[in-house]
Amino acid sequence: MKINRYILASRLKSIVIHTFLILVSLTCLFPLFWMLRSSLMTNATIFVDKSLIPHEFNIHNYYLAWTEGNFAVYCLNSLIYTVSVVFGIVVVSSLAAYAFSRLKFPGKNIFFNMFLAAMMIPLPGSFVPLYVLMNKLGLVNTRIGYILCMINVGLSLSIFLLKTFFDKMPSDLEDAARIDGCSKLGIWRHVALPLARPAIAVIVIFNSLNVWNEYILATLLLNDKSLMPLQRGLMVFQGVHSVDYPLLMAGLTIAATPIILVYLSMQKHIIKGLSSGAVVG
Amino acid sequence: MGIAKIKKFSLAQFKDYLENYLFILPAVAIFSVFYIYPFYDIFRLSLHDWNGITPFREFVGLANFQEIMRDQNWWGSLWHAGYITLIALTFQNALAFALALACDRDIRMKKFYRVVFYLPPVLSEVVVGLIWQWILQAGTQNGQQIGLLNYFLNFIGLPHLVNDWLSDPKTALTCIAVVHSWKGFGWGFIILLAGLQTIDRQLYEAAKVDGAGSLSVFKNITLPLMIPVIFVVVILTILGSMQVFVLILSMVGQGLVYHTEVPVTRILASMTGTNRFGYACAQGVIFGFILVLVSFSLNKISNKLKQA
Repeated sequence: MKINRYILASRLKSIVIHTFLILVSLTCLFPLFWMLRSSLMTNATIFVDKSLIPHEFNIHNYYLAWTEGNFAVYCLNSLIYTVSVVFGIVVVSSLAAYAFSRLKFPGKNIFFNMFLAAMMIPLPGSFVPLYVLMNKLGLVNTRIGYILCMINVGLSLSIFLLKTFFDKMPSDLEDAARIDGCSKLGIWRHVALPLARPAIAVIVIFNSLNVWNEYILATLLLNDKSLMPLQRGLMVFQGVHSVDYPLLMAGLTIAATPIILVYLSMQKHIIKGLSSGAVVG
Repeated sequence: MGIAKIKKFSLAQFKDYLENYLFILPAVAIFSVFYIYPFYDIFRLSLHDWNGITPFREFVGLANFQEIMRDQNWWGSLWHAGYITLIALTFQNALAFALALACDRDIRMKKFYRVVFYLPPVLSEVVVGLIWQWILQAGTQNGQQIGLLNYFLNFIGLPHLVNDWLSDPKTALTCIAVVHSWKGFGWGFIILLAGLQTIDRQLYEAAKVDGAGSLSVFKNITLPLMIPVIFVVVILTILGSMQVFVLILSMVGQGLVYHTEVPVTRILASMTGTNRFGYACAQGVIFGFILVLVSFSLNKISNKLKQA
């Protein structure tokens, strides 16, 4: 009798917990579902039909968004920015992190602490002087200007993460390569970088998400529609089609899908990186 | 001979150092131009009156800062950000902690929950803001509510609750805070769960053997061991929520709607709205100073608690 009650209580507890978790999961997923659903409707049906699954699928919105909504250009731009910024961050931060971890030179700690401090000190409104500087350098409305700014945004954290990784990594292989007469740059390129692949994967993923989702610098620095990335383009698009909800939702779906796919395929690394990052930071 | 040897050695070392500097050169160069110089410039510009276009800028000393002290809209915006932060700290973090506790055991579909809860945080603020703006939309078409929430309220027989959620000054900020929490709780969940999983299971076993109830286990084992992680989450939640603004721009638009203004949108308004670059920089300096002060004192408290 007593045991039965115990089992019943734990069953009940498990049911309550699962109900709670499933409800929260639904809250996470439903808005995305609603976005997708609304994108498949037409302007005529969206205000009338509130059923969960639309009676007929209208894919024309995607065609309109992609062509007339300029999303083909925005997508390509986002891809260009993400790839070049992430590539830049990996090269620049791994070079610096390798030096901070392995090489000797005067002022090493000062330089490293400088990057560390930048991570700690929040500087809201730094986009104002940054915009002024870019204006002075003639880099407003250029791809390279935006790319350089975004490399800087991800630099400090990437250096920090990679340095911690290099610090824990045994240097036997690098020593062996040095004895074999490999240059420092060669050791970095052919020994250290391949060994640091797990840490670099984390950096690639998090910086990709960050660049893909970045909005404010893209807004201040890029006014030309042909240079805008997706997030900026979305807001322009929303300004023009603010009442055309099916079309807007199609645009949102186009912007969200790549990031969701990348997340789902990489979620193991992302969650692992986030968890370990929290313990370090 | 000895001297020559030392000289040769130090020359080699000099070359060695020079070579090593080359490794950090790209990072330091980018960092100097795009971080350190703007960092210096924000302080310099904050002492000037400048429209951002003409080469002439007038040195006004601390006048911008004095004006901020009297700027009702500025302090109002700070209060708004504080309100959003308060909701994020309580509602969002409590939810994250509850979910983390629920998942810190052998339950089915644990991986599924983890993946789903972290889905909103990977989406951009623009996407999240525009989706929710559509759900919270007010107004009717052909006698039917446009937005899903209002439609739903009508549907379940609560038409008196139908509201213009994002225009009503009474509800707009709360809606923004809730959507912000919706986007953020998954992040807190992952970090808190990672923290919970570092706790030695044997502690729980021992407590159970001693006959401790689950509430007592939570109070005496889980909570004390989680304090460092909780502080990390609290500090990062504060820094993130105080600076939220893209979500607001995408939910209520870029117009000057004072009841949803936060410090960063004020800075943006000073810069792009009224072309007062000096004032915008002064606002940035003050706001940065406040944030540093808050996170610094929280760090202090956290260290004290760790020692105790």
